[in-house]
Amino acid sequence: MHTILAVDDSASMRQMVSFTLKNAGFNVVEAVDGQDALEKANGRTFSLVLTDQNMPRLDGIGLTKKLRENPNFKATPILILTTESSDQMKQAGRAAGATGWLVKPFDPAKLVEVIGKVIR
Amino acid sequence: MGDLSQESMNAAAGIDLSQFYQVFFEEAGENLETMEQKLLTLDIENADDEELNAIFRCAHSVKGGAATFGFSDVAELTHQMETLLDKLRRHELAPTAAMVDVLLASGDALKAQLGRHQGSGQPAVDTHELLQSIRLLVEGKERPPAPAAAARAAPVQPAAPAHAGAAPPAAPAAVAAVPAGTRELELTVGPLVDLSAADNLVDLFKEIPDLGTIEPLDGGRGAEGLRRFKVVTASPDNDLLDLFSFHIAREHVRLAPLGPGYGFHDTEPSPLAQAPGPASDGGFGFFDGAPGAPGHAAPNAATATPVAAPAASTPARSAAVKVEKAAAPESSTLRVSVEKVDQLINLVGELVITQAMLAQNSKGLDAGMNQQMLSGLADLDRNTRDLQEAVMSIRMIPMSLVFNRFPRMLRDLAGKLGKKVELVQVGEATELDKGLVEKITDPLTHLVRNSCDHGIELPAERLAKGKPEHGTVTLKASHQGGSIVIEVRDDGKGLNRNKLLNKARERGLDVSDSMGDTDVFGLIFAPGFSTADEVTDVSGRGVGMDVVKKNITALGGTVEIDSAEGYGMTVRVRLPLTLAIMDGMSVGVADECYILPLSSVVESFQVQPGMVKTIGGNGRVVEVRDEYMPVIELEQVFNVPRGLGQDVSPILVVVEAEGGRVAMMVDELLGQQQVVVKNLESNYRRVDDVSGATIMGDGRVALILDVGALVRRSRH
Repeated sequence: MHTILAVDDSASMRQMVSFTLKNAGFNVVEAVDGQDALEKANGRTFSLVLTDQNMPRLDGIGLTKKLRENPNFKATPILILTTESSDQMKQAGRAAGATGWLVKPFDPAKLVEVIGKVIR
Repeated sequence: MGDLSQESMNAAAGIDLSQFYQVFFEEAGENLETMEQKLLTLDIENADDEELNAIFRCAHSVKGGAATFGFSDVAELTHQMETLLDKLRRHELAPTAAMVDVLLASGDALKAQLGRHQGSGQPAVDTHELLQSIRLLVEGKERPPAPAAAARAAPVQPAAPAHAGAAPPAAPAAVAAVPAGTRELELTVGPLVDLSAADNLVDLFKEIPDLGTIEPLDGGRGAEGLRRFKVVTASPDNDLLDLFSFHIAREHVRLAPLGPGYGFHDTEPSPLAQAPGPASDGGFGFFDGAPGAPGHAAPNAATATPVAAPAASTPARSAAVKVEKAAAPESSTLRVSVEKVDQLINLVGELVITQAMLAQNSKGLDAGMNQQMLSGLADLDRNTRDLQEAVMSIRMIPMSLVFNRFPRMLRDLAGKLGKKVELVQVGEATELDKGLVEKITDPLTHLVRNSCDHGIELPAERLAKGKPEHGTVTLKASHQGGSIVIEVRDDGKGLNRNKLLNKARERGLDVSDSMGDTDVFGLIFAPGFSTADEVTDVSGRGVGMDVVKKNITALGGTVEIDSAEGYGMTVRVRLPLTLAIMDGMSVGVADECYILPLSSVVESFQVQPGMVKTIGGNGRVVEVRDEYMPVIELEQVFNVPRGLGQDVSPILVVVEAEGGRVAMMVDELLGQQQVVVKNLESNYRRVDDVSGATIMGDGRVALILDVGALVRRSRH
């Protein structure tokens, strides 16, 4: 079964994302910010990383950069959830090595749909 | 939304977002609280980047949740705030006091909006002016124009180019700087009774070419009172919604990104101009060739994938058990309803009573024969006590929850009075029972307001006296023994002893020049010492102070005042740590047992013949060290039946409350103990002179006396 690392500093978003993913048949590991996610990613792998962009300590772009330095995460899809879909934002995501982006707010079905495009 | 989502829609269907509302409300509340605190402590001239970022994150987080869970009014306001805060953290704008004011006011409006969504029943919050003010600040304009003009001015000039920055709309450079360009939105209007009203919106786009284009979806026919349009625009959602609201009520208009709302990145990192066209991406994207992106894989990633993937999947499976544990990121705290905690406390209270009963019954047991039994009971005694303490600590919350409201209050008040006041908080981590925290908030608010209103002088006056321009109000909480002490201190003008004494004489109070300072300052607590005409004379300290004292006394606390004229004043409030347990002295009257709060007991002595004198009919007094005090016979107050031959030599217990002393006549002193206070009102009804009840070790119910009420009774 696929395990997804869901990173968001907002408890309600985390709960919603987590619930949606579990409902869709994924395992979910939650992290409260980029730093926490790095610690949880240490020494293991995930099928997908779904991260919020704006977080304390370490943001989504920063997390993506750090994860790509880890051999376990060279090929792992990393999706960044963001409220802004500016090109600047996309460039930063691409430069950091992100796989794609998803604009907030999204509905649960959309989330599952996008994830379905990268992991099967 | 998009066609692509149809299949997975089924998989995710039935997810009811409302199940996450409560968490969102709590989280949003915390974020707004944090934001307010940070705004209040923000150093405007020298704003810290990290602080600005933190404030931005608060607004951002509330916005994200509100948008996701469908609270569009909250999302709209937070979106505007976020825009302003984003400019601040990027140093595109410098923070000003006006911005802080507007952001604080927005925070208040958000709280009201959230309260409304939680069913507070408040009327809808009109945020139009706030939104307008923020928008002007974002554009670099300090003061909003006259409100009447603002409301109308907005729709005439759609803020599309203005939103891109402070540059004038006509300048080509400003247009080019718009980063996101146009967006495709799905506009849903309705449910409407008259669907043709939606045509007004179409006309709107004809009138204002800058807005972009609009075309009907669903072949222009509405379904179930709804009509959908495709809008291509560069204007921010809020500007559009503002415009639309002139034709159709805000709650009947909804904007959402058209298209799938996600995306994947391209093969080659492309310059900005070549990034996926905004019209086609619809709010999502994958970078082609980026690790894990769908579709054709780039050479680099392709070589890495086969190696990494199989290795990756194995540990993932073996770690699956641990995963669930790791998935609880907030294991350090747990939210539990107050009712559950109270139920627990109640049960522990019952357990304490049972334990006391067992202890009492085992007293007669032979220590040699029942050694094991007795040592077991001793363990039970210790464990029960520990358990009780542990459970009580659950209800303890830090004083910061009370203190946190004061920075805002003082700021507003000082601004209104033209004073400069700084608030210093000490010991805000000190914990206090939740019930007490709720009850102490009002008296403390009163004291802090008094300090600012009547204690701290105007800046000019302070400078003239050689004091710093900024007055300081200090809030300090600390534990002292079994109580908590809260101090409200200011460095204002303080109390004038002679003025107080003169006032007291005018009032006909019994005072003398030889009275100690504490007693003189205590005069401001005297009822009737606080009428408005005295406010100016005695620096206004009398306002409602008797009420403050009464409330604190009702909580089993005391208030003291310390002051030096010209240097300020300190009000010291001492409270018991909890209301649920009390140190009591049990006294016997005939076959009944009563509890006196130990804190009110002064002394007790055996009555000698001739000590108690009858005055003026049925009043009785006793002389104790040259002081006469009223005698209260509990037997008469509570009509205790007394059998024949139960004559005893009575004992007088002197108790003190509300500044008066009375002697209570009882038969015997039974002992001192901790009692679990049970509310009589909620279990039975209010009874005069009784503040509560408890269950004694032998299972009997004993009433806890309201000493304050008994002292008042003696005055009549």
